[in-house]
Amino acid sequence: MTEGSADSVPILSVEDLRTHFFTDQGVVRAVDGVTFHVHAGETLGIVGESGSGKSITAKSVIRLIEEPGRIVSGSIDFRGRNILTLEGGALRKLRGGEVAMVFQDPMTSLNPVLKIAKQLVETMVEHGRFTPKAALARAVDLLGRMGINAPKRAVDSYPHQFSGGMRQRVMLAMGFSNEPVLLIADEPTTALDVTIQAQILDLLRELNADFGTAIILISHDLGVIANICSRIVVMYAGEVVEEGPAEKLLAEPKHPYTWALLNAVPRLDRHTPGEKKLVTIEGTPPDPAQWPDGCRFRPRCPFAVDACGKHPALQEFEPGRAARCWVTQAGGLLPAVGVAADASAAQQPRAAARSNVSYAVADAASATRGEVLLELRDVKKHFPLAKTSYFGAPRVLHAVDGVDLTVFKGETVGLVGESGCGKSTLGRLIVRLHEPTAGSIAYGGVDISHANSATIRPLRRRLQMIFQDPYASLNPRMTVGQILGGPLQFHGMTQDASSTSMRVRELLDVVGLPAQAADRFPHEFSGGQRQRISIARALAVSPEFIVADEPISALDVNIQAQIINLLIDLQQRFALTYLFIAHDLAVVRHVSDRIVVLYLGKVMEVAPASALFAAPLHPYTKSLISAAPIPDAAVERKRERLRLTGEPPSAIDLPSGCRFRTRCPIAASRCAAEIPPLTEYRPGQWAACHFPGKL
Amino acid sequence: MTAIAIPQTVVVPASARRRWLRRYALAVAGGAVIVFWFAVALFAPVISPYNPEFVDIASRLQPPSHAHWLGTDALGRDVLSRVFYGSRISLIAGFSVVVISAVFGTVLGAIAAYARGRVEELLMRVTDLVLCFPPIILAMAIAAALGIGTTNTIIAMLIVWWPKYARLARSLVLVQRAQEYVEAAHVLGFGHGHILFRHVVPNAVGPLIVMVTLDLGNAILVFAGLSFLGLGVVPPTPEWGAMVAEGRELVQQWWVATFPGLAILSVVMGFNFVGDGIRDWLDPHARRR
Repeated sequence: MTEGSADSVPILSVEDLRTHFFTDQGVVRAVDGVTFHVHAGETLGIVGESGSGKSITAKSVIRLIEEPGRIVSGSIDFRGRNILTLEGGALRKLRGGEVAMVFQDPMTSLNPVLKIAKQLVETMVEHGRFTPKAALARAVDLLGRMGINAPKRAVDSYPHQFSGGMRQRVMLAMGFSNEPVLLIADEPTTALDVTIQAQILDLLRELNADFGTAIILISHDLGVIANICSRIVVMYAGEVVEEGPAEKLLAEPKHPYTWALLNAVPRLDRHTPGEKKLVTIEGTPPDPAQWPDGCRFRPRCPFAVDACGKHPALQEFEPGRAARCWVTQAGGLLPAVGVAADASAAQQPRAAARSNVSYAVADAASATRGEVLLELRDVKKHFPLAKTSYFGAPRVLHAVDGVDLTVFKGETVGLVGESGCGKSTLGRLIVRLHEPTAGSIAYGGVDISHANSATIRPLRRRLQMIFQDPYASLNPRMTVGQILGGPLQFHGMTQDASSTSMRVRELLDVVGLPAQAADRFPHEFSGGQRQRISIARALAVSPEFIVADEPISALDVNIQAQIINLLIDLQQRFALTYLFIAHDLAVVRHVSDRIVVLYLGKVMEVAPASALFAAPLHPYTKSLISAAPIPDAAVERKRERLRLTGEPPSAIDLPSGCRFRTRCPIAASRCAAEIPPLTEYRPGQWAACHFPGKL
Repeated sequence: MTAIAIPQTVVVPASARRRWLRRYALAVAGGAVIVFWFAVALFAPVISPYNPEFVDIASRLQPPSHAHWLGTDALGRDVLSRVFYGSRISLIAGFSVVVISAVFGTVLGAIAAYARGRVEELLMRVTDLVLCFPPIILAMAIAAALGIGTTNTIIAMLIVWWPKYARLARSLVLVQRAQEYVEAAHVLGFGHGHILFRHVVPNAVGPLIVMVTLDLGNAILVFAGLSFLGLGVVPPTPEWGAMVAEGRELVQQWWVATFPGLAILSVVMGFNFVGDGIRDWLDPHARRR
């Protein structure tokens, strides 16, 4: 990794960039005075919540802004040329030539009707650097370099034949095809699983080192940024609020927003048993049509002082480090990351009110000895697929393929695994949205595996679910009052309109929403607020068990922390039992007493949270933990890594024996022949592996 | 837990109102035409200068004059009065065909999409079967078999009209039933009927309403077409399509066929403009432009 030296001339200088959108509702100042520089071969990370203007900044750099958006002022200088005055041909030469861009969603950024070869060759020939024949040879080379197996065959494929991770490799090959000086990657790994994300991040780091290409990496995930970037720019409300070298900025933030971002994410390498509350900042990101006066972070800042009524400037306080904050500019110190709760409590009564609640967290071991609430025995769910031909054999997708699971009253069981491992299907089987193909599900001693809707109805009050997508999980045509009141009346929990509306207000209060919310429609709320409504709906029928299916994965980190805190708080108040489904290991570890690791529809390992992370038995668990990035550049660089190669095999044609063996670094011949049984190797820690703990 | 502020609704500035008017000018004009014809249909007995069925052979085929603003037809009946009265049948026929078939088709399509499996197979194959026949020919055959008359023609049209609503409703419900709020309703224990008609269908009606408004003009046109062919109404009854048919050979006496024709044109265009307006209004992508 090459560190951009301060004296060299930067290849990209963005000065006071302002990109505004002129909409019917008024001017949205999405990017409002952004200045940053990128030096040759440097890796710069841009972080911020959604709506902070980071993607618009990147798009402005290659002039991809469309109506009603306009770059209203500022300058973008790229190797001595002013990008803002470039026209037609020169601009096209720049895009995809000297500056390449990789987008977030690999599923939609490749043209589905053109072969990979055609798309790669086109880019190279268009810029006049290669003949079609040379370009094709180079395309094969590049795909191989990007880690695609059998690149000769791959160039003749269509995008739909590739998985998301593979498509992102193709996008990177396309980006690098004209040897760009600068690569802009906008959330390139957000849509991918952790193990695939780790592979792509490795690849980006290698490409940076091998070709000396400067990279601007845009991400909301500080862990991803810490993994790759040497310098970081933090954006908030259309402005840069802090800038500095990765190690220093992440270890010792000088802007309260950076501080809040770092505190909002639970960390894999730092875990205080007993402390379950995360430090969050209040509220939601500001409205870009109406930024707050003075310091834009002031309304949410736990450290705000009188001076913050005036808009602070981005001020350099030591070479290479700058922050836009009156408090730290005046020499004020922010509490150290990780031990933040008490220090902020002293500074702010508002913050104190949320963190002085002490929680007696049940000891993980004792929780597992309670009353059995849910018991799954060899549960299977197979989905029949359409035949490929009329005479073809019927094909079956083995979504869940023999899962045993016991959940005790009052505990939180975390369910982790990559996408496609069957974790959502398992959650839906438990609440009986799906009927199991085989096996039994017993809830509170009653077998509900094949119960019909009438028999299961009384149980619905005890067993609820929270969904992933806060935009799809609320009926857009109903007011919040109707959404919450409907189940109350349906189950006869309230007798008349006034008692219903009283209970609705109570529920809203429980999840931290004002009573007026009852008369509004879901679209009037932000993602985090909608997730609160969704939680209130689950709580409406006073359940004892809640399946939470990735309840925070669609939210910004700070909102994630708020929702995690709310869920933990509710568990204490109402003695709830959770099955918490997620792909983020740090979050799962933070909330769970026990963790279940799922791979291709089968349980690989079950263990108390602390034991699982301290000494994982299954090689898959170990590689998952190793792939999860940590938001600390110093730690990230020193970590010992265990990289999984390849991608999970299809759940239609499963590998024989142990289904992890195709990607397992320690697989032996026995693994192909025998299916390893789930066995208890240490007290409470079960693994399905022939060589537990060997790796 | 502290309450979180909800952003207040944005006040629409005056310039936005002007833009709204410019965008929906055609829809407003179409709406005005439809309101006009509704008023005419409602007050036909009051505003018509003559009895529409009063035959006066002495003053047959009079050109437009002070006494007969739109002239008289081959039997000396006042064209203006007949056009006024004709609006009643056209509007009633158009609305009953479209509304009844929309409701029927939607319920069928929604049930098919929600139930999936064999129920869907059965319902959609029946729909496909009806769609196999050219609609106007089939309607003509049915109308001819049932006998001439307004009600029979409406029934004939209903039989060929509902399948497109079933098709559209099915595709809309298929999208909605996969949404998480439907799963949430299942988890809360609601019954299938409740989920389908209280949760899913209300979220699918937007495009159906657009189709209904765009379709009203079409239905009026087809009904007039059937009447033109002699299937719609029993002769003395004033009806636009039948009036055009009566005047089709009277080239010199252009007013006999022209005015009912213009009436059909204006109603159909009115409904189409309103339908387009509603479509743009419901579609956020078109609205932004």
